[in-house]
Amino acid sequence: MSAKTAAGAPQVMLNPNGAGAAAVLAAGIGSFAVAVFAILADKAAPIKSLMNFYKPTGPLSGVTTCAIVVWLAVWALLHRRWSWRSVEIGRVTAAAFILLFLSLLLTFPPLADLF
Amino acid sequence: MEITVRGLWTMIHGMGFGALYLMACSGALVELYRRYRSPLGPEITEQDEKFLRIYLTAMAVLAWLTVLTGAYIIYPWYRAVPPSGAANLADFPQRLLMSSPSTAAWHSIGMEWKEHVAWLMPISITMAAAVFSQYRRSLRIHPELRAAVLGFVWISLLSAGIAGFFGAMLNKNAPVTGGSTITLFQGEAQGEQK
Repeated sequence: MSAKTAAGAPQVMLNPNGAGAAAVLAAGIGSFAVAVFAILADKAAPIKSLMNFYKPTGPLSGVTTCAIVVWLAVWALLHRRWSWRSVEIGRVTAAAFILLFLSLLLTFPPLADLF
Repeated sequence: MEITVRGLWTMIHGMGFGALYLMACSGALVELYRRYRSPLGPEITEQDEKFLRIYLTAMAVLAWLTVLTGAYIIYPWYRAVPPSGAANLADFPQRLLMSSPSTAAWHSIGMEWKEHVAWLMPISITMAAAVFSQYRRSLRIHPELRAAVLGFVWISLLSAGIAGFFGAMLNKNAPVTGGSTITLFQGEAQGEQK
């Protein structure tokens, strides 16, 4: 398939959207993971001490490292499954934005403290 | 004119990497919106495409440098625990803020939000750079993907803005200081005799 410019000349090949969808959804999940790990480390003392990967930085080091690992693992997994096909991108981006919006809200301490 | 090593690192983190990232966001948003909004728009040259690819990759590098210097160089100084009975908390910013009800929320809300929300920035912009590098000009014929990239760049701008605002306010109320002193210029005191 190809798109056309205003002049009607073929422009670019249409790639399947799977690889992009995988990156978008993984970013949403990774962002949400930051909020989830931060709440868990704040609320449960054993998790807080587990997250203390680098003592000078404290639990923040574990919270962010774990979230990055989740993000990259989900990205690799989804990329492997979706990269050669087209997926329902509207639903994927909606899910990613909901997760991203929730992570913005849940990292806000007065809201995180509700849990 | 002097600056401490800790003050210098705080400046590199905030005014160097962080502020540069905030400024770069507007450029990325304009480029992505203007050039990639329609498959029928004006032709995008290979050079323009390469420029935006390098621009977004540089933004991702800046975002990672910002959060990594913040979390692993400055934050340990910020949260350092003073020896018991210490009367002067100037070198212990977190404890200094928490020692007064009028400043405690700068830590409990400001720093607590900043230290986590800032990480949405590198995740979002890395995704944007990767998607752009993969799709390049064909992003124009994937409007939903383009919208997602734009949305994530907006959120990265917002999270960088939140982190930057609280970073500036925290440093105003309890600056990270200490370490050896670097003399930038030797001045002359006003009352000094020539």
